[in-house]
Amino acid sequence: MIQQKKGLWLVLALVMVSIMMSVPAVPLHAEDQAEGDQVIRITAKRFEYIPSEIRIQKGVPVVLEFTSLDRIHGFTIPDLGGIRTTIEPGKVSRVRIVVPTVGTYEFHCDLFCGDGHEGMTGKIIVED
Amino acid sequence: MSVDRRDFLKLVGMGSAVFVLGTRVLPGAADVIPGQDDFLFVQLSDAHWGFSDPKVNPDYAATLKKAIAAVNSMKMQPDFVVFTGDITQTTDDPAVRRKRMAEARDIINGLKVKTIRFLAGEHDAGLDKGEAFQEYFGKTHYTFDHKGVHFIVIDNVSDPTSSIGDVQLQWLGDELKKIDKDSRIVVLTHRPLFDLYPNWDWWTRDGAKAIDLLMPYKNVTVLYGHIHQEHHHMTAHIPHHAAKGLMYPLPEAGSFAKRVPIPWDPAAPYKGLGYRSIEAKAAKAEYLLTEYPIKDKKLIRL
Ligand SMILES: [Cu+2]
Ligand SMILES: [Fe+2]
Repeated sequence: MIQQKKGLWLVLALVMVSIMMSVPAVPLHAEDQAEGDQVIRITAKRFEYIPSEIRIQKGVPVVLEFTSLDRIHGFTIPDLGGIRTTIEPGKVSRVRIVVPTVGTYEFHCDLFCGDGHEGMTGKIIVED
Repeated sequence: MSVDRRDFLKLVGMGSAVFVLGTRVLPGAADVIPGQDDFLFVQLSDAHWGFSDPKVNPDYAATLKKAIAAVNSMKMQPDFVVFTGDITQTTDDPAVRRKRMAEARDIINGLKVKTIRFLAGEHDAGLDKGEAFQEYFGKTHYTFDHKGVHFIVIDNVSDPTSSIGDVQLQWLGDELKKIDKDSRIVVLTHRPLFDLYPNWDWWTRDGAKAIDLLMPYKNVTVLYGHIHQEHHHMTAHIPHHAAKGLMYPLPEAGSFAKRVPIPWDPAAPYKGLGYRSIEAKAAKAEYLLTEYPIKDKKLIRL
């Protein structure tokens, strides 16, 4: 599956941390987005993400913007330094990512949400 | 089939090694006979009572009962039985959850052995922080001692973020302070404490903190469930053993795109389901694990 070099991981992790810290914790209005960032809207509901397959470009910052249609869900990408967010109904959560390496990264709901939770997954495909 | 295949694993706590002694074919229902101060207990896990997809398990209504009957038919009865979580399949309806818990408890109380230790799984406790579980099965974290072995039950499921939490970690640290570094400890929990496969949520978010607390202790063994298959792993000198489930098996970590049950195989009913006995050797910090299939001679009509 995904092959990664250790050193690259560290760089990636540091990049992620600095990026995450630059994302305001309060929900932004769409017009306040960092200019030029591509925004991908993702809807979470029992027990799926729509869309569940997301294609992004290597090295290009992308903001994933989440809303929930029913209850609290989670979102995490373990292979991207465990980046995560909580998706609450009535709120918008955002995660800004820059992935420097081509590959497929699985994500899933990491807040137990009911009978079907185990299937609440998706993937980010990073292309050249 | 009237012949049981049992895999015997000898697990040496001190030597941090797992020796596969071999597979024995035994006729009938001969069981492990422990010596005088040795003792035997049984681990059941992941019964998911309330699950009802016939493509996954057409015998969903009776598999748990068969496991209970099988334990009752063991020649050497265990001193106690421990149930390592996911007793019930989750539901959003609190009344249905309680009904499932009451039914499962009644079935499990059919055990001849009257000492039963219950643990919660995320299916039991993840949606209501363990409220219903505590009504039916008691506390979600606790300790008990048996014939010189300290058992510690860790709850990594009542918190929906798959965490033990700082309060319970503090409690764990306090409990461990009462125990000598070379005494025998068996940790019982639902999820793996180590990062088995975070992509499938097969981990405990702060499990490393629990392992750090356990590390100074020389004779620690962890038994858990959650992954619905046998699995053996070492973190330094601490072995971690996952048990099979009693409703459906799950694929090996990462072997499938999704973490979905392995469908029922009519050619091999109950394949991948089972339970284990653990023989604790008094003389050495050793445990002999015996894995049992679900016995059933009846073929299921599909
Ligand atoms: Cu979910
Ligand atoms: Fe389970």
